[in-house]
Amino acid sequence: MRADILAALNEERAARRAAILVTQIPDGSQRLVRESEIEADPLADTLRKHFASGKSGLVETGEGQAFLTVQVPPVRLVVIGAVHISQAMAPMAAALDLALTVIDPRTAFATPERFPGIDLVAEWPDTAFAGPVPPLDRYCALAALTHDPKIDDPALAAGLRAGCFYIGALGSRKTHAARVARLGQTGFTEAEIGRIHAPIGLPTGAVSPAEIALSVLSEIVAELRRAPRPEVA
Amino acid sequence: MLNTDTDILSAAQTWRREGRDVALATVIETWGSAPRPVGSHLIIDGDGNFLGSVSGGCVEGEVMVEAADVIENGQPRVLEFGVADETAWRAGLSCGGRIRVFVERVD
Repeated sequence: MRADILAALNEERAARRAAILVTQIPDGSQRLVRESEIEADPLADTLRKHFASGKSGLVETGEGQAFLTVQVPPVRLVVIGAVHISQAMAPMAAALDLALTVIDPRTAFATPERFPGIDLVAEWPDTAFAGPVPPLDRYCALAALTHDPKIDDPALAAGLRAGCFYIGALGSRKTHAARVARLGQTGFTEAEIGRIHAPIGLPTGAVSPAEIALSVLSEIVAELRRAPRPEVA
Repeated sequence: MLNTDTDILSAAQTWRREGRDVALATVIETWGSAPRPVGSHLIIDGDGNFLGSVSGGCVEGEVMVEAADVIENGQPRVLEFGVADETAWRAGLSCGGRIRVFVERVD
């Protein structure tokens, strides 16, 4: 591997950007394809699938076998609200290898006793994203669970601006209709607001906090693993 | 913590910058119950220091021998290991799986 290719691959990872290293097995020649460069690549269709799955693997090409070293940033899950559902969600997120951060400015909720070993930030979302919590990006899932517009809305707005791959908000259809109206007034388009999953979670009929946490995580996994639609890709 | 495959690539760059000769081994294909998934990395330097893994320790020794050659002549190569493969390689996978490993020099 050329030193400059290795350096570029490491640089992409440090910046939390996806990239694929294509190695032609017959002769060992290599090229690095950043996500923004897919369309110009002869293997565009194949690369798109591997960016979506995040899996490395061998593929057949016109020039023989090639190995794709797929590097996608680790997925982060940012939960707004140190609530009962978040407590139930913490061990499930760990099992799914989702790096969890819980944000809640209400210090009565955001206590280490309630969230042992969890990255917990007792700040308002805007303050959290400006400092202690790394900025949101498209490899983040955001779940707003406080039911309180003062806390949830700024986080949802940040998630929409950052292009998080998943944004969900707890609340009934009625609650969500009011939320849609509020976000619309702050300048988000209908299509942008339409990216918010609400009511949150797959419709499993979940009742308990753990069941709701499971339905939210299932929805996140479904969104993560869904093959990109051609019009978005 | 140096525990993920991407950390291994950072280490490869660091080692190279320190002036060490480095070979990179990558699991490119597995069959059966292979111990490490496709994409797993192992790096080896000219003195035989290594980091990462391509198996549960069953074939690393053999990969290191090959890596010394790759560092010497710069030609990448594909190694194949498996229990039914004793004619080609001394090492085998006791788990019964088979793996293919791509070994290249980091220039």
